[in-house]
Amino acid sequence: MNKRLSQQIAFIIFKLFGVLVVAILISILGFIIVNGISVINWEFLTAFPEEGMTTGGIFPAIVGTLYLIIGSLLFAFPLGVMSAIYTHEYAGKGWIVKTIRMMTNNLASIPSIVFGLFGMALFVNKLNFGDSIIAGSLTLGLLALPVIIRTTEEALKAVPNTYREASLALGATKLQTIKKVVIPAAMPNIITGLILSIGRVSGETAPILFTVAAYLLPQLPTGIFDQAMALPYHLYVLATSGTDLEASRPMAYGTALVLIMIVLTMNLLASFMRRKLENKRSK
Amino acid sequence: MQKRKIIRRILDNITEKLLTISGAVTGIAILFITFFLFTEGAALFQSPQVEHGYALYVNSSNPVNTLQPEETKAIFDAEITNWNELGGKDGEIKIFRIDDAFQIYPESELGENYELLPAKLGEIISKEENILAFLPTQYAPQGAAVKALTAKNIQPKDYFLGKEWLPTATPVPLFGVLPLVLGTLLVSIVALLIALPLGLGVAIYLSELASDKQRRLLKHVIELLAGIPSVVYGFFGLVVLVPIVQKALNLPVGETAFTGSLLLAIMALPTIISVAEDALRNTPRAMREASLALGATQWQTIYRVVIPYAKSGISAAVVLGIGRAIGETMAVMMVTGNAAVMPQSLMESVRTIPATIAAELGEAPAGGAHYQALFLLGCILFVFTMIISISAEIISKKKNYKTH
Repeated sequence: MNKRLSQQIAFIIFKLFGVLVVAILISILGFIIVNGISVINWEFLTAFPEEGMTTGGIFPAIVGTLYLIIGSLLFAFPLGVMSAIYTHEYAGKGWIVKTIRMMTNNLASIPSIVFGLFGMALFVNKLNFGDSIIAGSLTLGLLALPVIIRTTEEALKAVPNTYREASLALGATKLQTIKKVVIPAAMPNIITGLILSIGRVSGETAPILFTVAAYLLPQLPTGIFDQAMALPYHLYVLATSGTDLEASRPMAYGTALVLIMIVLTMNLLASFMRRKLENKRSK
Repeated sequence: MQKRKIIRRILDNITEKLLTISGAVTGIAILFITFFLFTEGAALFQSPQVEHGYALYVNSSNPVNTLQPEETKAIFDAEITNWNELGGKDGEIKIFRIDDAFQIYPESELGENYELLPAKLGEIISKEENILAFLPTQYAPQGAAVKALTAKNIQPKDYFLGKEWLPTATPVPLFGVLPLVLGTLLVSIVALLIALPLGLGVAIYLSELASDKQRRLLKHVIELLAGIPSVVYGFFGLVVLVPIVQKALNLPVGETAFTGSLLLAIMALPTIISVAEDALRNTPRAMREASLALGATQWQTIYRVVIPYAKSGISAAVVLGIGRAIGETMAVMMVTGNAAVMPQSLMESVRTIPATIAAELGEAPAGGAHYQALFLLGCILFVFTMIISISAEIISKKKNYKTH
């Protein structure tokens, strides 16, 4: 009797914990959606901030984030995919590959502010890019690299070895096999990694603090050596250091909602794609 | 035909080389990061203790030859006022700054480019036995009875064991990282204490009890929680958690270490849940069945068989959760109030290492001592997280073969 009772109590507690986690998510999302939805309209998305960022819109921040996404992935996506192909398809099992893999894994665990420090030291100061889109993109790209490498490696691992063997048996070279057989088969999964890293890149604040982000710019950036505004940093500014915090609150809610929409859409899209692929494979 | 084949072979060769290079580049990226962090950070110990471009001067009759950074600060804060407290003669310390010279001498007497200033400064110092002059080295005083205090570089022990973080203080900035390190550890460990029971409970629920539908729902929820950007968490914490904590605990301000821990606990949950759940799921079915067949209830099986078996995986979840918490920047910075003092209680404002870097790097001139001190903080953070991720790897690889 006693052990049944303790089981019941324990299970009820665990279930409550589960409900609590759902409640936390709902309260965070709900809070931002409820407060932000009324702010979002066409003007908010397409106008510049006005009157000390208390009215107007967040257009330059959206554009800046877009530039940063494109810039960082232009650099990180090919590099990450190629690096994963090398370690998975070419490299042997020697200690060099093991060390490289271990280092790449550890790259993922470095806090984002440390990437910011590195980006500032190398790109902004040493290479003299200044606070610029290119410096920010390279820093963010470095951050996205482990995500891309890991998903690509998983994608390559999921391609059955029989595909490779069949291609090689037909007389194709190793590179031909990779280009014509392995990559096409792994492509959907690789794209999932790309989408995931878009979500990651668009939400990060710490790495762009000192490499690109501007408090407020009167016009859009015109080249890769210009500073840019970005959504996450703009939200930080609106929340903590605007000219009139109370008056800019609605703007902050709106920005948070736009940011969350971008990031979560990317995450949901990626998990949707992954599930679809899994279903296809299990059939 | 032959030609095309050769071109293709060359192209293929290039492609393969490119692949190799990319593999190597990403592998050494981390070495590159380490190198940059540590060279910038280590340069701090080549920086003088006194503010760059300045030095301290005394009258040559003064037996004191050198001052510790804390002593200098105490003098300028008027906590130490007599030379005898520093091993000198009895006499009240008279602080002299460059501005004071302009009070005494009209600008016309100092020459067009202040070329007469050093001599005048020397005159003042020679006259006043108890003077402590803080002057730019550009106008180093000239005179027979002038003595410069020995300029020491910043010492590692002052940095790593220092209890005060006052990076912009003049004449001697203090870079003691202890309050920041302790603040970081306090916030992260409390966050873990909150998140661990919750996360473990949810992991058990997910792996042992939930129906397929509930599982799928919870998995989605956790994925979404992991995806929310940290600045959004920070904003939520600032607008919602801070006032709640303030009202509920009746505090003067809601921006406390505890608020930070609460927020970090939420942010660490997805990591803890997914790693712990993986570990629980890996318990072989045979072990569960054996336990159930002996008449144990499901709950007894869970805490006597499944959890002990998954112990190493759960430890890895703990370690990774701490790692997530220690490196978190924006959210913590927005809700902990950022007072760089030794943490006394959970209900006071603290400042963590990442928050310090984020808040101060923008104002620190590149290459200065403050800038280097912040890079060294980055190194500390880097070493912390490296230790954490490597130990998580070791722990989760270790198999639990022990039988009782």
